[in-house]
Amino acid sequence: MTRRTRRALRIGLLFTAPWSIGLLAFVLYPVLASLYHSFCDYSVFRTAVWIGFDNYRELLRDEVFWKTIWNTGIFALAAIPLGIVVAVALAMLLNTKSHGMVVYRTIFFIPSLVPMVTLAMLWMWIFNGSYGILNYGLNGVLRLLHLPFEAPGWLLDPHWAKPALVLMGMWGCGNAIVIFLAGLQDIPVSLYEAAEIDGASRWQKTIHVTLPMLSPVIYFNVIMGIIGTFQVFAVPYIMTGGGPQRATLFYAMYIFQTAFEDLRMGYASAQAVILFLIILACTYLATRVMRKHVHYGGV
Amino acid sequence: MTTRTTWIWQFVLVPLAGIFLFPLLWMFSTALKPVDQAMRMPPTWIPKAYYAPLDGVRMRVVPRGTNAVAGVIVATADNRLFVPDADFHAGRVRIIRTLRGAIVTNLVAAQLIKTVPPGFVHVLEDVDQTSMAAQRRWDYVAPALLETRTELAWRNFLAAMRVIPFARYTLNTLILCLLCVVGTTLSNSLIAYGFARVEWPGRDFYFALTLATMMVPFPVTMIALYGVFKSMHLVGTWYPLWLPAFFGGAFNIFLLRQFYMTIPQDLTDAARIDGCSEWQIFWRVIVPLSKPALAVVALFQFMGTWNDFMGPLLYLNDQSKFTLALGLQFFQSQSGGTEWHLLMAASTLMLLPILVLFFFTQKQFIQGIATTGMKG
Repeated sequence: MTRRTRRALRIGLLFTAPWSIGLLAFVLYPVLASLYHSFCDYSVFRTAVWIGFDNYRELLRDEVFWKTIWNTGIFALAAIPLGIVVAVALAMLLNTKSHGMVVYRTIFFIPSLVPMVTLAMLWMWIFNGSYGILNYGLNGVLRLLHLPFEAPGWLLDPHWAKPALVLMGMWGCGNAIVIFLAGLQDIPVSLYEAAEIDGASRWQKTIHVTLPMLSPVIYFNVIMGIIGTFQVFAVPYIMTGGGPQRATLFYAMYIFQTAFEDLRMGYASAQAVILFLIILACTYLATRVMRKHVHYGGV
Repeated sequence: MTTRTTWIWQFVLVPLAGIFLFPLLWMFSTALKPVDQAMRMPPTWIPKAYYAPLDGVRMRVVPRGTNAVAGVIVATADNRLFVPDADFHAGRVRIIRTLRGAIVTNLVAAQLIKTVPPGFVHVLEDVDQTSMAAQRRWDYVAPALLETRTELAWRNFLAAMRVIPFARYTLNTLILCLLCVVGTTLSNSLIAYGFARVEWPGRDFYFALTLATMMVPFPVTMIALYGVFKSMHLVGTWYPLWLPAFFGGAFNIFLLRQFYMTIPQDLTDAARIDGCSEWQIFWRVIVPLSKPALAVVALFQFMGTWNDFMGPLLYLNDQSKFTLALGLQFFQSQSGGTEWHLLMAASTLMLLPILVLFFFTQKQFIQGIATTGMKG
């Protein structure tokens, strides 16, 4: 090592020193400790006792655990694609260069600024069974069409609580809209011109130019969506507390319950380790699938 | 696309914008209504106030419907009440009530105060939430005397700030936000410099490792971190909520590094030739040039801390240390979700600073999201 590289190494390590501490203390140690504790009977108030694979064996038999996986999976399968479709569609609309785009962009974006607690309060009020504005409108429409249905109880109904949360999530897709809009604006005009010369219709241009060129951004959003869904906590915690009948008990909420309400931190650590594996697997899978279908433009 | 056809999209955009705005408008509307209107079916958009004379003084009232039959208002020895004409005869009023399951009819001496023709409106004094204990005055008044006007119940905001220790929570949240913003911008700008502008052996591997930590979800580290802070006797204090900000985070390191890479190498080379130390290059050249990126980092951190619910929920147990997010949720869970007008007022107050911030920093906001979302 020359003197110059040694000096560079010293400077580099010095500048990154805060992160080296942070990485060790707030990421690596907790991850390893979680892994260790997942093999232990442990809570912060007692010392950990090694119990081998007992926690994992219990997980296999734990119906609530499987329920949370089911809940989270179903929620992800509904919320992520729907959110992306809505966001891409709105981004395309905003990209039409019609009048007042700055205003529309702001309007679509503002909901994603709403703090989670405010979001939860607001939508609890909207979904409210007796005084909720949503059901007032829905019931009005149903009566008008002479349909023999009543609007659902949303957050109080085990079948409708998850759809309610999905609906609410779509309202907050402003972040994704901004990302997709930037992606759309990065697509070279020459591609559209070439397609036009080949006689492509507007629909064909969307399918064969816009979507393929947007696919890296979509891919990124899918991955972030999966990681995000497995961490969903605050909003369902406030709105439903996991109910009704555990219909909205999501993975991260169950970890929280097990660790901080039941004080079974070893068992919760095992859930956390599985969560980590699930996220790794999802990311890997998505990468595999997307590698075939994602077009990275820019030669 | 030709400009001739683009106006057609307005037919789609206008209703969609309406849908997106609706929930927030509904929140504002509820926040500005008296409680009886917030919970009224069918719902109304515009908050109203009603005024009528009560005991000769014009005051704000709550209308309670009109009476169908003619009646009288009488005063008995211990009460003032409204009875239909049929129950009032020559200074006596018939009072029907249930006593131990049997219906009892009493004739009570009563003095006539006022006759009430059909169609008069029953009005009740509108008292503030806090003075609930006081006896509310009431009367029946001619519809013409009942004045209705559009009036926003701004007092809801004051009431919400009284019911929830709003000032205290806001101050707590702002202190935490400040600490986190300072910590994040300081630490990450330094760290990113080490990754972007200095070439050292092992750097790229270290950077890849750093990026990989973005995949570690918070619930995975949450329990062990709690254990760490517990062993340091810091649970119940603010330390766990802001201390980690001073040690960087993968996302912000990445964001700033990307920005630093765009600064021409010539600039720093020139500074180096002029004899600047690495620290001086960082502080005098890179930081001033990176203000837009640093602003984005600071902005997102502020939003994140302002928003954070799980952190305070995990680490705070003393109400006087609560943040707005936790305090608001605490109030909601205590009140059992009945005082919707106050909840919406408090929620509006929590959203407002973020909205103001957004309108002043729109450009950074949009650019920040677009760049971080794209280059992943």
